Amino acid sequence: MVGLEHYLTVAAALFVIGIFGLFLNRKNIIIILMSIEMILLSVNINLVAFSSFLGDLTGQIFTMLVLTVAAAEAAIGLAILVSFFRNRGTIDVEDVNVMKG
Amino acid sequence: MTVADYAFYLFAIVMLVAGVFTVVSRNPVHSVLWLIVTFLTASGLFVLLGAEFVAMLLVIVYVGAVMVLFLFVVMMLDVDFAELKAGMAKYLPFALLIGVVLLLQMGFAFGDWHAAEGADALRRSVTPDAAEVHNTAALGQLMYDDYLMLFQLAGLILLVAMIGAIVLTLRHRSDVKRQNVLKQMYRKPEESFEMKDIKPGQGL
Repeated sequence: MVGLEHYLTVAAALFVIGIFGLFLNRKNIIIILMSIEMILLSVNINLVAFSSFLGDLTGQIFTMLVLTVAAAEAAIGLAILVSFFRNRGTIDVEDVNVMKG
Repeated sequence: MTVADYAFYLFAIVMLVAGVFTVVSRNPVHSVLWLIVTFLTASGLFVLLGAEFVAMLLVIVYVGAVMVLFLFVVMMLDVDFAELKAGMAKYLPFALLIGVVLLLQMGFAFGDWHAAEGADALRRSVTPDAAEVHNTAALGQLMYDDYLMLFQLAGLILLVAMIGAIVLTLRHRSDVKRQNVLKQMYRKPEESFEMKDIKPGQGL
């Protein structure tokens, strides 16, 4: 029988994969953004699993809010990425060292 | 084991494998596609948990909008991705170390984890019986009733994100002819044309 622990384990594994991706792709900002999305997804899985097994709908409301913020963050992040690429011609994180447009 | 249990293991394993491939794959387009697989299987897990609305939201918002945005940006930018991947072997041991340490920490926390005594009594909004009220309807009741303020703030965040993204990426190109409506409207007849009195038989 699949219980709450199973879902928490899967979410923890996904979280660790996301962190792993952050450190593995230190240069490619697109993969870094995707890793952040994965970390937020693992948080969502935790929230929904607790919500379902405890019988409290508030967790799902919070999942929706996390989803909203994640979507907004992805949009802004990609917009910054596009304008950065236009100015510098690269998306290497190590080149982001000058505080000017 | 029931069918739902098999489905859980299927979704969980596919999700984790797709997550690993998202991180390690060489081509960013493949990364985005693997991430789509991750989100689809996660929505499967949500369906198993009885959260249908959030599952469908995940498919629509993430797979339908955010991932398409990622794909669009990856394909639009002409980046030498091979060069960006060059340092991967160098970072691998450190990344593995961080991952293992995190897993161990979570394992320690997990070993001593148990629900609190009065957790059931502390529930803020108890899930209604699924046979009477559907998940979507129950969530709607809750969201438009108890959490209206948060809902509006979420909308505000989306508005700010939209305006921010437009402002960040908008650029005025000087080499393109544009229509200026106000300039057209304020044009006066005397500026635009003049009368010439042509004598007969002379021509211009």
